[in-house]
Amino acid sequence: MAYEFDFAAVTPAAIRVLGEGMLVSLKITLVAIVFGIVWGTLLAMMRLSRQAPLRWFAAGYVNLFRSIPLVMVLLWFFLIVPQLLQKIFGLSPANDLRMTSALVAFALFEAAYYAEIIRAGINSVPRGQMAAAYALGLTYPQAMGMVVLPQAFRNMVPLLLTQGIVLFQDTSLVYVSALADFFGRAYSIGERNGRIIELLFVAGATYFVLCFSMSLMVRRYRRRVAR
Amino acid sequence: MAYQWQWSVFLQAPSAGQTYLDWLLSGLGVTIALGLSAWLLALLLGVLLGVMRTLPNRFMSGVAACYVELFRNVPLLVQIFIWYFAMPELLPGGETIKALPPMLQQFLMAMLCLGMFTAARVCEQVRSGIESLPRGQRGAGLALGLTLAQTYRYVLLPMAMRVVLPPLTSEFLNIFKNSAVASTIGLLELAAQGRQLVDYTAQPYEAFIAVTLAYMLINISVMSLMRVLEHRTSLPGLVGK
Repeated sequence: MAYEFDFAAVTPAAIRVLGEGMLVSLKITLVAIVFGIVWGTLLAMMRLSRQAPLRWFAAGYVNLFRSIPLVMVLLWFFLIVPQLLQKIFGLSPANDLRMTSALVAFALFEAAYYAEIIRAGINSVPRGQMAAAYALGLTYPQAMGMVVLPQAFRNMVPLLLTQGIVLFQDTSLVYVSALADFFGRAYSIGERNGRIIELLFVAGATYFVLCFSMSLMVRRYRRRVAR
Repeated sequence: MAYQWQWSVFLQAPSAGQTYLDWLLSGLGVTIALGLSAWLLALLLGVLLGVMRTLPNRFMSGVAACYVELFRNVPLLVQIFIWYFAMPELLPGGETIKALPPMLQQFLMAMLCLGMFTAARVCEQVRSGIESLPRGQRGAGLALGLTLAQTYRYVLLPMAMRVVLPPLTSEFLNIFKNSAVASTIGLLELAAQGRQLVDYTAQPYEAFIAVTLAYMLINISVMSLMRVLEHRTSLPGLVGK
């Protein structure tokens, strides 16, 4: 007895709903990438700093986030962020803060991963560059900002983008908080119509096409730079 | 209104003879069993695929490449849902799977999902390990009259596997972290037990702290285990040894 596929549940209206969900997924991804790279850069600089307390803080932060499953991190933030915001701003518990919590969680979580990539990138810049910058009379922020980081980032672009693809896939995990992102919507459309299997394949295929074409672009970019 | 800490909550018994601590420990057991069995699958399949990827045969390396792209570009959450909801309907032996007790069914599907997901990553590591060896090694093996299989078995893989041990360690760590995704299909592993504890006791902080510490404990154990392994298998005369 073979299973008979029936994609009738994927109506134009359903596709519009899925599109809105995709915007939620992309929004979380973009915010986490931007914030993650900024905060990750600061963490990487702290890890390479001469000040021991800064180094310890950054190492502790990165190791903590990297040793906990993302699912747990999300559960933590869905617990803490609403309580914290309600206490600070006196919001009523009725406000839906799941999106805010998800954004904060992903941004802080991804920063730990970006920090490691960026640290490796900074380390890949020859030592003499920093010395040369100092010899020219630049201060530390100038030397970092104008000499070391631009070179480090140029080497890191493919890795940062690849991490972005992983992050985009990981945003589907907001499912644990029932936030309606692309996957969450696909699943609930499937559930409502008794066609979970079809919608799972639609969701999987969409993620595959997006992520695969992105990774092909990253690969082409890498080959062009390597030449 | 300050939070009321109540660490003794773990010793309360929701049902006769089983405390909340027992719940967490059983979840920890499931997580460890799931991680280890999935890792075994990932390692076997991943090494096989990694070898295929470096074979001179176009077809073999193409199959391995397709496998890697497929499993790397679909989110783990989607994969586990497909395994759990779709595979029993689509696979020939589906009826037997559906006849299993729910817990066993969830465990089996989560194991296959995690194992095959991680195999794609292991494959890429093994491939880069084999490719990092000097080209002459393969040629030398073949020139000595070894078959291609023997060259892999006695020359390439013993070297490549040592090279890829550190990246494999991080995949081994990842498999335990990724196993938390199995809570979404209802498997009562560590993260799921933690959530259940929150629902029953309304003491979320104690429960989450305990679960988080348990994951860190797994992390530390795996890392020290792999460090011992790295030390045991290291070859004299190489850099950094």
